[in-house]
Amino acid sequence: MLRSTWWKILCVIFLLYTFIAGFLGGVPVKPILNETIRNLYFHVAMWFSMMIFFIISVVYSIKYLRTNNIGFDIYAVEYAKAGIVFGALGLTTGAIWARYTWGAFWSNDPKQIGAAIALLIYLAYFVLRNSITDIDKRSRIGAVYNIFAFAMLFPTIWIIPRLVESLHPGGMGNPALNTGDIDSRMRVIFWFGAIPGWTLLGTWITTLRIRLQLLSEKKLQNAEKNF
Amino acid sequence: MAYPNIRWAYTIFAQIFFIPGQLKHIFTLFKKDILLEIRQQYSFYGVLLYVASTIFVLYMVMGQPEETIWKALFWMIQLFICINAVAKSFLQESRGRLLYFYSIAGARQFIIAKLLFNSALMIVMSLLSFLLFQLLLGSPLESPFTFVLISCFGGISLSLVFTFLAAIAARAQQSAALMAIMGFPLIIPQLLLLIKLSSIAFSSVLQSGLTFIILLLASFDVMIVVLAIILFPFLWKD
Repeated sequence: MLRSTWWKILCVIFLLYTFIAGFLGGVPVKPILNETIRNLYFHVAMWFSMMIFFIISVVYSIKYLRTNNIGFDIYAVEYAKAGIVFGALGLTTGAIWARYTWGAFWSNDPKQIGAAIALLIYLAYFVLRNSITDIDKRSRIGAVYNIFAFAMLFPTIWIIPRLVESLHPGGMGNPALNTGDIDSRMRVIFWFGAIPGWTLLGTWITTLRIRLQLLSEKKLQNAEKNF
Repeated sequence: MAYPNIRWAYTIFAQIFFIPGQLKHIFTLFKKDILLEIRQQYSFYGVLLYVASTIFVLYMVMGQPEETIWKALFWMIQLFICINAVAKSFLQESRGRLLYFYSIAGARQFIIAKLLFNSALMIVMSLLSFLLFQLLLGSPLESPFTFVLISCFGGISLSLVFTFLAAIAARAQQSAALMAIMGFPLIIPQLLLLIKLSSIAFSSVLQSGLTFIILLLASFDVMIVVLAIILFPFLWKD
């Protein structure tokens, strides 16, 4: 799976489709939003990818605790890193979008704060890991924190934004997007181009990093054997 | 056809539902923490002095603040008290003593006793800081009794989260700093909910949606306890 090519070709096709159809395709005319509505393919898709990567990461943490296989820990760490990168991109694209529609890069919107908290929690995961020198202990305690933080974070991301007022569309209902704002042309590009495209791109980057880590792990073990 | 391996599901089920049989161990460990506290009286007086001096400085700076600031200050001070009081629960135990506990009791009994003790400690601390707040920073409250209940509830929520984080931090270097790094982002949502909830005590008008917040916080607490019971054994062994 890691090395097969078909899904990488698929990823490039999805992303090419997203860029070409996303920038040239028709969009509904909305006041204030105007052409910035095209940012949906980038900003919102980043959050979907981030959420997917964090879920994959926690699944591998659970697998690590059950099997003590160091490979699963490498998977969990790398997917968490990919999640952070996509989260930071989501925050940046959102801030630029907010500058042109709400008037400021940052307006203390509950969802902006929630996203910033999510990034802080996962940065703390890496601080915790770096503070432990023993490899097995680091993996185990990192996995425990990853599961705990995930369980604390995601209810808040999914529940609290529904309780408070926000500048984001969807208001008190769906925290991600107001499905009434986009038409069927956009919906096709969003669900069948942007989300799978960006998620596959992140997975691609992550699998490369995982292979690199696994190789250096193997090198380390060989060095121990020859010693 | 291979049958799915569901032994782990049974193990988790057993871990949570067979607790009544271990109550004696849990109670003994709980009693040991209380005895230690009564003999050393470190955290009680230490934290009391901490709260009193902080509140006194606040009083010198701003006199008696209005209700929004009062509420915010109260919860921020609760947070710092919690970190100070709970951090020591794992950091104070020396390696040798921990090894002794491991040999006479199970991991789950140990963490449950710690969770219970820290909750009790935080309830006492919440009541004390509430009294000091009333004394020095004035009382903008409409219904003090409701607020006392909410602050006990909040104290328990905070102590549960920080007990588990202290257990994690105790295994790493620079534990005290790590607790703040891990704890502050994690606790923000709960703290916001608590501040929202405590606004009931400041007005006589009942607001809608509060039952939902209480249920949400309570289910958070239950989730933390369950996670602590499942995950603590992994922190336990070296």
